[in-house]
Amino acid sequence: MSDEAGSATAPGRNSDGAAGAARAPALELRAIDKRFGAVHANRAISFAVAAGSIHGLIGENGAGKSTLMNIIYGFHRADAGEILVHGRKVDITSPQGAIAAGIGMVHQHFMLVENFTVLENVVLGVEGGALLAGGLTAARRELEKLARDYGLEVPLDSMISELSVGLQQRVEILKALYRRAEILILDEPTAVLTPQEADQLFKMLGRLREQGKAIILVTHKLREIMAITDRVTVMRQGAVVAEVMTKKTSPRGLAEKMVGRAVLLQVDKCPATPGVALLSVTDLEVRDRLGVPRVKGVSFELRAGEIVGVAGVAGNGQSELLEALAGIREPSRGEIRLGGRELVREQLDARARRALGLAHVPEDRLRMGVVASFSAEANAMLGYHDRPRYGRGLFLDGAASLAGCEAKMKEFDVRPAQPALRISAFSGGNQQKLVLAREIDADPSVLLIGQPTRGVDIGAIEFIHRRLIALRDAGKALLVVSVELDEILGLADRILVMNGGEIIGELARAEATEEKIGLMMAGVRGEGGA
Amino acid sequence: MSAPGKLPRWAELGLLPVINLVVALLISGVVIKLLGESPVAAFKLMAAGSVGTQEGIGYTLYYATNFIFTGLAVAVASHAGLFNIGAEGQAYIGGLGTGLVCLWLGAWPFWAVLPLAVLAGAGFGAAWAFIPAYLQAKRGSHIVITTIMFNFIAASLMTYLLVNVLIKPGQQSPESREFAVNAWMPSATDVLARVGVTFAATPLNLAFGFALGAAVLVWLFVWRTRWGYALRVAGENPAAAVYAGIAPPRVIIGAMLLSGALAGGLGLNELMGSQHRILMDFPSGAGFVGIAVALMGRNHPAGIIVAAVLFGALYQGGSQLSFDMPKINRDMVVVIQGLVILLCGAMENVFKAPLAALFAKFGAKPGVG
Repeated sequence: MSDEAGSATAPGRNSDGAAGAARAPALELRAIDKRFGAVHANRAISFAVAAGSIHGLIGENGAGKSTLMNIIYGFHRADAGEILVHGRKVDITSPQGAIAAGIGMVHQHFMLVENFTVLENVVLGVEGGALLAGGLTAARRELEKLARDYGLEVPLDSMISELSVGLQQRVEILKALYRRAEILILDEPTAVLTPQEADQLFKMLGRLREQGKAIILVTHKLREIMAITDRVTVMRQGAVVAEVMTKKTSPRGLAEKMVGRAVLLQVDKCPATPGVALLSVTDLEVRDRLGVPRVKGVSFELRAGEIVGVAGVAGNGQSELLEALAGIREPSRGEIRLGGRELVREQLDARARRALGLAHVPEDRLRMGVVASFSAEANAMLGYHDRPRYGRGLFLDGAASLAGCEAKMKEFDVRPAQPALRISAFSGGNQQKLVLAREIDADPSVLLIGQPTRGVDIGAIEFIHRRLIALRDAGKALLVVSVELDEILGLADRILVMNGGEIIGELARAEATEEKIGLMMAGVRGEGGA
Repeated sequence: MSAPGKLPRWAELGLLPVINLVVALLISGVVIKLLGESPVAAFKLMAAGSVGTQEGIGYTLYYATNFIFTGLAVAVASHAGLFNIGAEGQAYIGGLGTGLVCLWLGAWPFWAVLPLAVLAGAGFGAAWAFIPAYLQAKRGSHIVITTIMFNFIAASLMTYLLVNVLIKPGQQSPESREFAVNAWMPSATDVLARVGVTFAATPLNLAFGFALGAAVLVWLFVWRTRWGYALRVAGENPAAAVYAGIAPPRVIIGAMLLSGALAGGLGLNELMGSQHRILMDFPSGAGFVGIAVALMGRNHPAGIIVAAVLFGALYQGGSQLSFDMPKINRDMVVVIQGLVILLCGAMENVFKAPLAALFAKFGAKPGVG
């Protein structure tokens, strides 16, 4: 549909398109090939994006999406292949070159100066002269027009730091449009948004599409691909494995193409049968280093045989809550009870809590959960290195740590099963499986898990979810913090929604809907609110 | 994703240091040429002077002993993520401990003096390292700044003690009286004579064996003990250490105590083994050479021994050179040593990227590590 619509409505903007012939696509890639040493990151990638269409690009981590986008945006150079913009071959060697060719990119992590205003951020790098004033006035006029045309209203004189994440993203889009981008690349744009903000973004993208822009949406969320794209390209192991019209496919079909085999998007589970409370939290307050409260008087219980999900937009206190429970951050107030002990008053550190049966899979694996330069074997005993099983007295037993690592790798299907390999050489999914194996291995009664499947490929997600549900069925208490709403809905028996450091509402799984949770995430108190 | 600059392990550990060394010597050669001497003859002289004779070898290993102690000190701190620039001062104060034992208990039999001298050296060195360690661990004062400052404080303190307290009465130069012979570390000549080997008279002494023993112990500690594991975790990733229940402040203090104790071993070689008295500035820069030795040896005891012997050879060969070539004075030798430190230490990775590109080009598979 998009193809016909594109050629029918567009008044032939490109110069060398012959009249009557089908208009050249806004962006066309021909046999892009890129190697990094032994890694073949992109293998003869070809696809075309028509003006006035939204093109999805999906693939697992390491499928080569980022490399491809970095080639288009001039961060990397392809070893072979051509990039055509509106039918003309271009040679993009830098982001400046990409901008000149009419390509704009909205990165997952925004490239904004926090203490500049919106206006200053937009003109940054294209001030148009040594004196700012003239450029700023012209830019203001231009931006007001853009905002009207595309429904991209942003307070131009506000500091970036005062804006919500959704508005900051708008500024990024405005920046690209102000630089006359005809082709817009968005890299995982919804990762930091509430569902409602994501909907607004999609509406905005819809308007940009009507105005004839070509949009590439890079994501791993199948739901978004289905909701908004016209065509979708699926990448696996550096190659394009499918390019289809979105309406002729299904999430299941796409997932299978991404992974290369059939996958379950939703793991089946029976209803929970919660038992006694294993962990109870009362009026917990956590302050950051500046003394700002990040968790404000949170209370809840975690019972045996249930999974409690903590939903919320990133940065609403979930991370601090998790770290306070795990003994990494010291709370400023409140109680945490576990196994008849009071963890806060007794000042038990992470090691003492592990001894009491509290295990923790941290949110940010590479920052905290593993030591990147260590081997898998050394990482497989992190936090448990002083247990009797790993040695005698002061000395470590190399055979024991090797056997421990091999057993964990086998049980959790960690690939490659090479204990001596540096942990950073494993994929995100395999790293996560090893961390999970390590934490489960000590048979904890309570397991805290932050972002169980962040940076984990679809095939491993299914595996990890299965293991978590099996743990629940074995009578363990699990607390899952995730910014992926689908994950919360798929795993949790009970859902706590955090906003601004408070638990703003609690929902049983049966009564939870995406919309309800989304409203709470945005700060609208639920009926069951705390 | 393979980051650019990945090298096979053997090239990273073996080839790269050799390239750095060769470049340093090439630049030195140019300077020697400019001074009007033949570089080839100069390097021949250096090699002959350092490893060509028994005397040369003795001196080379005698210098290397100091560098092994200080190199290990820097390496242990480095594994805990700390840059200990204070090995010089720790060696100086550690030597004071050893020296005091030798002065006071020189009448005791050697087997009784030795353990006390070792303990005193390690204890004094560790104590001197404790203050910066405590300030870093509990107060966040940067250890680089504090250890530098503590070098100066150590130097001033020792000057005061030597000039006012320890000086041999009725003498001009600020040094203590000679230790009783019982408190002398047996020389290599004597030790080897016992097993029937004749070795030239040099300052090389039993402390070299202690240095090698310390290297083995450091290896065992860092890679084979739970404390060593905790130390490496805290050094590589403090956040992961807290996550694992390892308290970084304790690791900082423990690592610095060990580092200072190792630096304190220098007195065994320099005072007990060679000078037989306490004198001014006896570490003479070995604490700083230790930084280059640890860098070049990749913080691994085996690498440190190799690097320490190399620097020992440079010291000894350099002295020979300034002695035999009139146009090359002592300062020129320091220039050569400086170039080696610069290229092997500070600029160790300059040739890494081009070398990696070369490897990538010729299809050598980057190994793990």
